[in-house]
Amino acid sequence: MKVILDQDKCVASGQCVMAAPEVFDQRDEDGVAILLNDSPSEAGTEDVQHAASVCPALAIRLSA
Amino acid sequence: MNQENLVPLRYPLSAKGALEPPAEWAELRERCPVARVRLPSGDEASLLTRYDDVKMVLSDPRCTRRLDAEDAARISESESGGVFNAPMATALYSAGQQRWRMMLTKWFTAKRVNALKPGIVAMTDRLVDEMIESGHPADIKARVGFPLPVWVICDLLGVPDTDRDRFARWSDMMLNLTRYGQTEIDAAEAEFGAYLTAHLDMKRADPGEDLLSSLLTATDADGAGLTDIQLVATGQALLVAGHETTANMIGKMLAMLLSERRRWERLVADPSLVRTAVEEALRFDANPGFGMPRYVEQNIEVAETLLPRGTTVVCSMAAANRDENTFAGADEMTLDRSPNPHLAFGSGPHSCLGQSLARTELQTVLEVLLRRLPTLELAVPAEELRRVEGLVVGGLRELPVRW
Ligand code: HEM
Ligand code: SF4
Repeated sequence: MKVILDQDKCVASGQCVMAAPEVFDQRDEDGVAILLNDSPSEAGTEDVQHAASVCPALAIRLSA
Repeated sequence: MNQENLVPLRYPLSAKGALEPPAEWAELRERCPVARVRLPSGDEASLLTRYDDVKMVLSDPRCTRRLDAEDAARISESESGGVFNAPMATALYSAGQQRWRMMLTKWFTAKRVNALKPGIVAMTDRLVDEMIESGHPADIKARVGFPLPVWVICDLLGVPDTDRDRFARWSDMMLNLTRYGQTEIDAAEAEFGAYLTAHLDMKRADPGEDLLSSLLTATDADGAGLTDIQLVATGQALLVAGHETTANMIGKMLAMLLSERRRWERLVADPSLVRTAVEEALRFDANPGFGMPRYVEQNIEVAETLLPRGTTVVCSMAAANRDENTFAGADEMTLDRSPNPHLAFGSGPHSCLGQSLARTELQTVLEVLLRRLPTLELAVPAEELRRVEGLVVGGLRELPVRW
């Protein structure tokens, strides 16, 4: 699975970091999300799907 | 019957029990997704109840929070329209909402909030200790739900512990459009403003590790900082936005879990469900208060209905959170529901800045109570729980428990 993060859309809510801390972090200056790993392993899939679904800005897309 | 309910519904809608949704929600979602409503002021607005519509309008830049526009509907009889267009909101928006938000977000990132967690656990333990000491039955809303969020915000603002009670009182008064008169509300606002101004002077002389100390010297990308008026308004905004909302949600969450005690028992048996249970409580909350009003600045179309410029819409996030098209078994409280993209914190660029903090407070209360008081139960039948009178934030007047 590939994770695509649109930083222009991100509203820095931190929900992705709460949901999948291995895959997302937030920049210290402005809280905008950053991707730590754009191709997480099988084991992380569920957390990442959760992150994408709770992102209030719809800034996270997943592709196969 | 889209938009064709000829007589506008009186809004807010009423519901039977304190934990029950208004009977109209399901029908409105089904048949009248854009409904005419009459607000307490007598003005008319359009009510949205479907998930997709509410989500779209909340994040659409054509729908703004300019509720002070001349033709915008007023919410209540009170002159100021309450927190939706209080002077402090105006002061903040003069700073540019996006700019202001950018300067604050770093205080509310997941990392920061995680760092606050041990402190929040300690505060919660202390409140629970004190409650246990005074014995049961106890009103857990007054003992834990109400003080905790104020304590957390005071900490964030670098306010000393000894002033927490004054903060709680100001917050209570500023939000209670019905319980207090306008003169009392204005007086509380002035007193609170004067306190914060003095507090800022102190922080300027002797900066601490808190949010206000850091904002005193912080600048945005263009090198501009916040004025004193904007800093005072920031303190007020955080208290108003973060206290009553979280306090009431703690009460309602516990009430939902305890009113059907097998829900509580399931959590006692498996505390790893706390995270999803908190999200589900946020989604399932049938009594969240007014909803979010928006002012339509350019014609938009919602559910095949034209909403002309100048319309005031009210987004009912709680009705949207029960939309069967988005949530299977929407009228069931499912403690392990996932994913759970509820709208309790709004959506889009204005969505709740404090949501990580709020989630952490809710999770902590639940974790501490499951650990300390697994035998917790309601001390009155659920039917006897009463809603608070206030207009903006919904909640329970009290939540008597024993253990
Ligand atoms: C369970 C508790 C809470 C709920 C249900 C809640 C809900 C909301 C909602 C619905 C909005 C408006 C979204 C919109 O206009 O579209 C909002 C905005 C906001 N909330 Fe919360 N909130 C809670 C707790 C908190 C806390 C603890 C804080 C901070 C201490 C906070 C700070 C804010 C701020 C600053 C805004 C305005 C954001 C902006 O204008 O960009 N909230 N909240
Ligand atoms: S959840 Fe979405 S909006 Fe929030 S920080 Fe992550 S990417 Fe940004």
